[in-house]
Order: sequence, then structure tokens, then C-alpha cells
Amino acid sequence: MNVVFDHVTKKFPGRGKNRHDEVIAVDNFDFEIPDGKLVGLLGPSGCGKSTALNLICGLLTPTSGRIFFEDEDVTSLPPEKRGVGMVFQNYALYPHLTVEQNIIFPLQNLKGKDRLTKEEMKKKADETAALVQIEKLMERKPSELSGGQQQRVAIARALVKLPRVLLLDEPLSNLDARLRLQTREEIRRIQLKTGVTTIFVTHDQEEAMSISDLIVVMKDGAIRQIGRPQDIYDDPDDQFVAQFLGTPPINVFEGRIENGHLCIGDEQVLEWTGGTPAEVNIGIRPEGFIVDENGPFTCDLNSVEVMGRDVSVVCEHKKLISAPRVRAVIDADDSPDKDAQKVRFSLKPHKVLVFDRESGARIRPEQ
Amino acid sequence: MENRNYKGYLYLIPAVVFLGIFLVYPLFDVFIYSFEEGYNFASQTHRGIGFYNYGYVLRDPYFLQALRNTLILVIITVPLSTILALMLSVALSSIPVLKDLFQTIFFLPYVTNTLAVGLVFMIMFRKTPYSDGLMNLLLGVFGMSPVDFIDGPYAAKMFVLCFYTIWIVLPFKILILTSALAGVDEHLYSAARIDGTSKARIFFRITLPMISPMIFYLVITGFIGAFKAYSDAVAIFGINLNSAGMNTIVGYVYDMLYGDSGGYPSYASAAAVLLFIIVLTITVINLLVSRKHVHYS
Repeated sequence: MNVVFDHVTKKFPGRGKNRHDEVIAVDNFDFEIPDGKLVGLLGPSGCGKSTALNLICGLLTPTSGRIFFEDEDVTSLPPEKRGVGMVFQNYALYPHLTVEQNIIFPLQNLKGKDRLTKEEMKKKADETAALVQIEKLMERKPSELSGGQQQRVAIARALVKLPRVLLLDEPLSNLDARLRLQTREEIRRIQLKTGVTTIFVTHDQEEAMSISDLIVVMKDGAIRQIGRPQDIYDDPDDQFVAQFLGTPPINVFEGRIENGHLCIGDEQVLEWTGGTPAEVNIGIRPEGFIVDENGPFTCDLNSVEVMGRDVSVVCEHKKLISAPRVRAVIDADDSPDKDAQKVRFSLKPHKVLVFDRESGARIRPEQ
Repeated sequence: MENRNYKGYLYLIPAVVFLGIFLVYPLFDVFIYSFEEGYNFASQTHRGIGFYNYGYVLRDPYFLQALRNTLILVIITVPLSTILALMLSVALSSIPVLKDLFQTIFFLPYVTNTLAVGLVFMIMFRKTPYSDGLMNLLLGVFGMSPVDFIDGPYAAKMFVLCFYTIWIVLPFKILILTSALAGVDEHLYSAARIDGTSKARIFFRITLPMISPMIFYLVITGFIGAFKAYSDAVAIFGINLNSAGMNTIVGYVYDMLYGDSGGYPSYASAAAVLLFIIVLTITVINLLVSRKHVHYS
């Protein structure tokens, strides 16, 4: 089932000193989440992504605009009538109930013709538990489970009533690094198996990139870009999106377009077709650097960090504005001399992104 | 290491000494008194050891009256006040505005002097040759004939005592329960709502189990408090509770020690030990019942 935002805005009244300033948590959302996809709402803290999720599940109602599930207008439906499943950031398992009772809980709410017998409920709970691989934990209490197991129980509880949409709020933030990797694959597997439209919220771009079919990048309540993870990474619409996606993050320099070249400092680092001469910001992905004795771009070498397959070349450059140091990821075989003072690079053109200095909008080369 | 241990005990001494003199020693002494037959207060002597004191107390109509009064008080006020406090707390927790104001109002009885409140109750309920009292005025509105709640029939007097007791214990229970309710994770309610849980089911399956430790605490302390009732009865019915027929067990103990019929520490001790046994039994039953129904996170 697809979820459609039709010009949805959510404002919160200000509080205390700022009570006259409304906070716009979600600003004119207008897009469609396609059926059966795994969609990541990605953005920094406070960008309104959790609000967007709560608008879908009905815990919040929009200030203006409408929300549709397929053709059904659910804008004013209470959460219990929407048929959504939600996994909360802290899982919100009922601590006094066993895993099995937790999973059965939503089924016991069904009334009228949907009402199930005890055997049917048990069967459904067992099936769902098997799907998330917690069959052996059914008699335990949530406090006796690890974070990852609690997460699975929460997913099972959300899935057992066959929701039209599955919502996950920061699903991996309470897990340790190793479990996070495992669980995100697990979420992907469960989503593919059930085919349920799934929307999850995260501030971790790596998480969003790794499992999403589609990423919605948000900032300050507004959508900055929607697209497939690789497309957004390769072809961001503005500097915020470019900087938000990718680890290590993109290196952004102050530069200018001049005589058909991109210039950083006194150096002409790359040929550039078209574009009027202008002061711009030049972003270079860490993997966009090639160590080259005759390269056009010179940096002061700071250190070389060995990471196994790759090395991370850490340099300084006075035109850099995104971080204290330039970070270039180079194949270990091409590692520069550690004791050198300077290192010269040539650049991969498709890893160099140019942005307007003022607005941050992307400036693309003319074809 | 040993030096440190020694120091630790040193710090414990003041508390141990005071508790020992004023709490532990009297406790044992009460047990001993209760078995000493024919104890003479002046000469501090006794004739023998045995169960005579218990036999006397258990046959004393005043004690039986006090026991009956106390049991009625306990059985009526503990469940009623707890349920009432729960309902008020839930109501308080679900109103968005004026919450603090109402919380303050409900808490006022707690910081008001028991005897002062008792006097006010007496004035409200008493029927005098000059006035029927506020309560009878209210009853009159509904076409009922006036009742003397203070010197009248037993049921009326018991009603006032229960009413008073509930009113006086309510604030503390409301305070505890509202904070317990506030401590329940909001996400649990959100999760339940999204899963289509009805309000009643949310209350009985989530709210109640989550605050059950606090309810249990209130029931236990409520039982103990109600068994120890005394000053409330004095505040309403005056010091001669036996003639009013409204004495309580603690009142009986006090009367045996200091009242008009006083000077019988052995009987007082026996009554106190009986009270202790009753409270202990009830508390143990409570603990056993709670194991099944109270959820500690």
C-alpha cells in the first residue's frame, strides 16, 4: 500500500519565552511512498522526521494538508483505525507481559468479525515469532532479553496484525555497533519477505543508505531530496545533502570557477565546462582523490592512517571549510610517502561537486 | 581493612543505641508484660506467668467492641480510599489544565492538623438543640429526616468515622498514585493505541500492572494505618470512646494504660500483642497475594 503526503504541514505552538514563535516541524510535505518499499527518512536531530512518522501513524494530526493510504483519506483517523504497525525507539514492550503475550496483545484487540480464537492467535503469534526468529524466547519477560531480541519482539508485535504500513522509529539507535549491522540486514530480510511498505526514521546516513529502496533527506522540516541511495550520494541537489551523506564526509573547499577551471587557492584543480566565473564551494568526496606526483592539487600532509585495504590520507588545506582536516581515502598500494611535507593529488571529475556559495544549491557542469 | 570495619560499627552506634532503647527494648518488654499475671504497677511485682491477660482481654466487651470497630473501619476504608484515590489520580493525570491547582487542593488535608479536621467534621455532622448541622441540612434537601451522626445510632457514627478516615488518607494516596502514573512510559500507551487497544483495556492491562507496586504499597500501609486508628476517633467523638461505643484497639490499649479504668499495663500489652498478630497476619496474606499480581520492573 502506498502512503501519500498531500501538502502536509505540522506546526507546534511555541512554549515559555518563545510562545509566540510557532515551530514548523514538518513543512509542506508532498510526496508518495510507493507500495512495498523500504523507505528511510533521514536527517539530523530535530529535523521533523519523527514527527512525520507520528503523522503517518496518527499519534499526531497535521496542521494542514492530507494523508492518504492508497485512496483512503486517513488524515483524521485515530491511530487504532489506521492499521499501522509501529516499532518505537525504546521498543515500548509491555514489561509485565511475556514475549508471547506481548505479540498476542494487538490480536486480542480485534473485535467483531475479525475476532480470533485463542488457537488462531497462538498460531499467528508463533508464525510471526518464527519470522523474526524468536520462537525460543516466547516465555521470557522483556527484561530478560538483549536489546536485539527486544527489537525483534517489537517488530513481531507490530507485524502480527498484518499492518498496512510498518513504521520504525530509530530502530537501531539502541543497539551496539555489531548488532546494528546484523539487525539492519534482518529488517531488510523481514521487509522483503513480508512485502509490507516500511518507513523508518534515522539520523544515521549509513543505516539509511545500506537498506533503503528510497531515501528522503530532511532538514528543518523540509524535504531536501528524495531518491535511491546511490543516486542521492552521487548526485546530491545541494551542499547539505552532499555533506550529510557519506563516511568519511565530503571535503568542502572555498573555491571559484575561473577560465574554464575550478580553482582552489592559486591552483586550477579541475577543468570545468561552462558556468560563469563565480565564487563557489567545491566538494570532493574522500574517494575522489588520486595521489599523483604531477597532480594539480597540493595539500600539506598531516598523517596517513592505515585501515587495511585502504589508507586514509589526512592533510591540511587553508581553504577547507567543512572540517579541520582534509580526508582522502586511497588504495593502500598508492599510499604517499609518510614523511613527505606535501602531497599532490589529481581528482576524479565525477567525485567533485560544485555548490553555490550563498544558497548551497548544486551547480552542475554544462554538457 | 579491619580498622575500617571497626570504624563502620562506630558510626552505627548512635542509631543502634537510640533504636535499642526506644524501640527494641519496649517491644520485648510489651511481650513480657503481656504474660505477667497480676502485675502491680506500684511495687513492680507480679504473681505468675501465663495467658490470663489474653483471656481477660478477649472476654472484655470493650475490647471486642474496639476490635469490631477497627475491623469494620479497615475493611471499609482501605479498599474504598485506594479505589477512590486511583480514580482521582487517573482523572488528575488526564486533565491538561488546572492540574496543579487540583493537585494542591487534593493535598491540603494532608498538611492540615488531624484534630482540627476532626473538630470541623464534628461541627458538620453534630446535631444540637440549636442546629442540625450542615450534613443534616443537606439530607433535608433530599427529604430525609435529621440523624445525629456524633451521638446517634452506631451506623451513623461508623459512617462519619469511615468518611473522615477516607478523607484524611486520600491526599497521600493521590500523591503517590499520580507520581506512579506519571512514571509510566508514554510510549507504552502510544503503542497500545496504535494496536487498537480500548481505553478500558489499556487501563486494566497496562496502567494497573505498571503501577501495581505502588498500589500494593498503599494497601499494606493503609491496612497498618487503619488498624492503628485512634486519634481520628478522638477528634470526632471525644476522649470517652468506650461510652460512645466507637473505641479502637489502639484506643483500648491507651485506656488500659492511662484512661479512667487505666493502670493495667498487662492488659494493655496483651491487647497490643493481639493487634500486632492481626496486622502481621494481614500483611503476610497481602504479601502472598501480591506475588501473583504485582509486577516489579
